[in-house]
Amino acid sequence: MTTHVTPARKAAGPAPRTGRSPVRGPRARRLPFSPWHLVLAPLALAFALPLLWLLLSSVMTNAEINRFPPALWPESVDLGGYRYVLGNAMFPRWFANSLVVSAVAVLSNLLLGSLGGYAFARMRFAGSRVLLGLMLATMVIPFQLTMIPTFLVMKRLGLIDTLGALIVPALVTPFAVFLFRQFFLSLPREMEEAAWIDGCSRLRVLCSIVLPLARPALATVAVLTFLSTWNDLTWPLIAINHDTQYTLQLGLTTFQGQHHTRWSAVMAGNVVTVLPVLVAFLLAQKTFIQSLTSSGLKG
Amino acid sequence: MVRVPRPLTLEPAAAARRRTRTRRARREAAAAWTFTAPATLVILGLGIVPVVWSLLLSFRADDLVTPGRWVGVDNYRALAEDPNFHTAVRNTLVYAGLYVPLSLAGGLVLALALNRRIRLIGLYRTLVFIPFVVSATAQGVLFSFILDPQFGAANSLLHQFGISPQGFLGDPDQALYLLVLISLWSGVGFCVVVLLAALQDVPPELVEAARLDGAGRWHVLRHVTLPTLAPVGVFLLLWQFIQALQVFDLVYVTTKGGPLGSTTVIVYFVWEQAFRTFTAGYGAAAAYVLAVALFAAGGALRLVRWRQARAEAGAAKATTRTGATGEEAAR
Repeated sequence: MTTHVTPARKAAGPAPRTGRSPVRGPRARRLPFSPWHLVLAPLALAFALPLLWLLLSSVMTNAEINRFPPALWPESVDLGGYRYVLGNAMFPRWFANSLVVSAVAVLSNLLLGSLGGYAFARMRFAGSRVLLGLMLATMVIPFQLTMIPTFLVMKRLGLIDTLGALIVPALVTPFAVFLFRQFFLSLPREMEEAAWIDGCSRLRVLCSIVLPLARPALATVAVLTFLSTWNDLTWPLIAINHDTQYTLQLGLTTFQGQHHTRWSAVMAGNVVTVLPVLVAFLLAQKTFIQSLTSSGLKG
Repeated sequence: MVRVPRPLTLEPAAAARRRTRTRRARREAAAAWTFTAPATLVILGLGIVPVVWSLLLSFRADDLVTPGRWVGVDNYRALAEDPNFHTAVRNTLVYAGLYVPLSLAGGLVLALALNRRIRLIGLYRTLVFIPFVVSATAQGVLFSFILDPQFGAANSLLHQFGISPQGFLGDPDQALYLLVLISLWSGVGFCVVVLLAALQDVPPELVEAARLDGAGRWHVLRHVTLPTLAPVGVFLLLWQFIQALQVFDLVYVTTKGGPLGSTTVIVYFVWEQAFRTFTAGYGAAAAYVLAVALFAAGGALRLVRWRQARAEAGAAKATTRTGATGEEAAR
């Protein structure tokens, strides 16, 4: 044993001194795998298990689910739940509604947020400080405080029970404006100033010089806006009554209430609801995590 | 010889530039107002105005349909005596009191465990974080199924261990705690990600210095790592607390405030008053009570943060202390 360990130590010993990672300190032992796997693998599995169960039960038959004890693994992949959800129910309609609301919200937050943010970061105008202060103040107002009057405003605009009621309050958030402002402030001014002095309009400067540099900010606003509008339930629940105008989240919870015994269909609907976010997350994981941490750390 | 004409020719050019500059400034202001107009309209119209409107509503009896009437502070007085509101406040505090510290502690432990370079670490991090992007609705529907007393996987799992079937979300003694667990499943990932990012910022020189002074792993953690995480920790505490006080979607999907009001939280109470029983003025008053609590929490934590910033001057002392404890440990 000892003879085995000593050469390993000698082999690993000089490594930190050669300076590959002086931070980590001496990494003396090199096992075939780190003992941390024994802790981390079960932990990670525990977090994944409910979602795995969601996927599995969505391809089970109702007979398998209703058995006691229920089957833990489907005997064969049964797409009955999906067929029901996509054929008989209104899930395709709800999916389209959610997509429209989220897409419009993302695009308009990018557009209006960057315009507002640019004005606050670079342009001088009377009242800009007061306006910015008010915007910052609205960032800390909880939605519960404003939801009743927002409902009344939407009702006066005649938007209740239409997708407009979901889109208008999401058009631009103070968060998007503020995030763009902070990002633009961190950019060097020289190039913009040069273009401006050459006679470019502010809009041109913004579109052709600033925005191409602002990819991280654009990504952050897009990701966070998509996540919050796609996943929202509270506001659609208040603003929408008719099931043709439901979003996926609202449709899913109503569907569950009405089809309490068709669990495989409910789970299939749940997969349809979760999948777009999961796919988006897995495709752009780095952007997601950077967005969340950067917005978090600044807050 | 060459130097003399220069300022002379520069003078009129500068004046002309100044003139164009004032014209440009005016145009600039107009452009700026155009740029900010949509954001201003939406944010003030659906932010500032509703705050005032809500306050006015809270002094009225209003059903959102017929014109209401002024009732003064009656709504607030009624809230103070309403046992349902008291229950909602108590439930919210129990929920927050469990969720906030557990998500922070769990997040810290997981972040420390995940902060190493081994194979598959990316996969582990992804799996821990992924529940965070799942909507509260989907979580609620999923766990209603898993915890279904009749068909759920949870009871059949307990059955295998010989434990009698539980009521879970249908049991007034269990429902609120199960909601905390579900929220932890999805909420811990956020704490992990933020703390992992902060762990990358722990100055390596400090860790190295402490190690050279003979500090053990525990001492490095206690005196170097944790103090540098403190500002982020305060932010997370505030953030998670605000999230906890605002919990609604999960409650609506899983329990609708029941059984027997055991999971009625403040926002659920507000929603029910405003949009179910149509006592909007009363609901607005309850929302204002919640908002004042949130502002107080925010203010308190900002104060803590400010104090921390002042105490940061003593950071140098902390490192020397690490050295001292390291020596003690070495002895």
